[in-house]
Amino acid sequence: MKALFTFCACLIVLVAAAPIKNGYEIGDTVADFRLKNVDGKMIALSDYKDAKGVIVIFDCNTCPYSKAYNSRIIALHAKYAAQGFPVVTINPNDPTQSPGDSFERMVQQAKQKGYTFPYLVDESQEVSRAFGATNTPHVFIVQRINREFKVVYIGAIDDSAKDESATKRKYVEEAIDGLLQGKPITSTRTKAIGCTIKWKNA
Amino acid sequence: MTRLFRSPRPIEQSPGKLAVRIVLFLVWLSCTPGFGQSADLIRLSQLQESIQDEKDRIQVINFWATWCGPCIKELPLFEKLHAERKDVRVRLVSVDLDLDPNPEKVRSFATRKKLKAEVLILDERNPNEWIEKVDKTWSGAIPATLIVNNRNGKRKFVERALQEGELEKLIAEIQ
Repeated sequence: MKALFTFCACLIVLVAAAPIKNGYEIGDTVADFRLKNVDGKMIALSDYKDAKGVIVIFDCNTCPYSKAYNSRIIALHAKYAAQGFPVVTINPNDPTQSPGDSFERMVQQAKQKGYTFPYLVDESQEVSRAFGATNTPHVFIVQRINREFKVVYIGAIDDSAKDESATKRKYVEEAIDGLLQGKPITSTRTKAIGCTIKWKNA
Repeated sequence: MTRLFRSPRPIEQSPGKLAVRIVLFLVWLSCTPGFGQSADLIRLSQLQESIQDEKDRIQVINFWATWCGPCIKELPLFEKLHAERKDVRVRLVSVDLDLDPNPEKVRSFATRKKLKAEVLILDERNPNEWIEKVDKTWSGAIPATLIVNNRNGKRKFVERALQEGELEKLIAEIQ
């Protein structure tokens, strides 16, 4: 009886002491999500049954970094969707704080730029919080292993926001090329300057 | 070459030209340090050294950019702090060069907004190499603010926009 009590006490302490998670780390399993796409249809991560993984990118219309990277995001999907790693973009921004990121403007953006990949709205911002997304564009590559999606890369697209031709490291391409060849990813976490996500006021 | 700069008539004879000269002089004056903002370029290592060297005052270092709406919205808080607290050294470090290699945009912005706190332009190219050196927890999103007290070694790092009165609170916490 005493042992059981001690065990319970220890368990309570352990649970209480567990740090609050600030989003996914490398190796974490991603909880499934279902969000509305610009065409009005709902899309879930679990819909990607035949993919080897998904390039999840938190992105928006208004951020100058998102604009700088827009053509590179389109190019990533064009290059890797057929190889099993399609792009899924998610807009996390609160449209009351960033009117240019409203659903209507997302629809416009996807149409204008000819998106062939989903551009989802995270209205409740729960998915963005679960991932631990902080800025736009913020990339999370998830790999499909035994019906689960595991985080294998978090960070930037490459190391040169302004000038694509000056890029020395293409982090996302390196990671996926590595995955496709069964090689370990050299940089699993990278950082870049970006626009902070416009969170709803608590 | 000298002919290009020689006036056909002496300047004194033309009051209009004199006025132009005065205006040009004022424009030049407004571009010089002390009048407007010089907004010098600085490498991260230089900034880090300078942060370490400041022993007397508490330091507030704000990372911002001219394209960043939330950053511009909170700039008045730093200006107010700079005006009111002589025991605090405020520096506004622009990260604009990452997207736009021309520093003049930052300088004209600082002059136009009449920023009085010291403006610096971070002269770094590879964010993945320097972001962690500012603070390990920083994802790179701006605005971000670092507050340092070298007298007791305490520091705070905040990766979000600040509210009115929050800076004073954060400073009090590391005093």
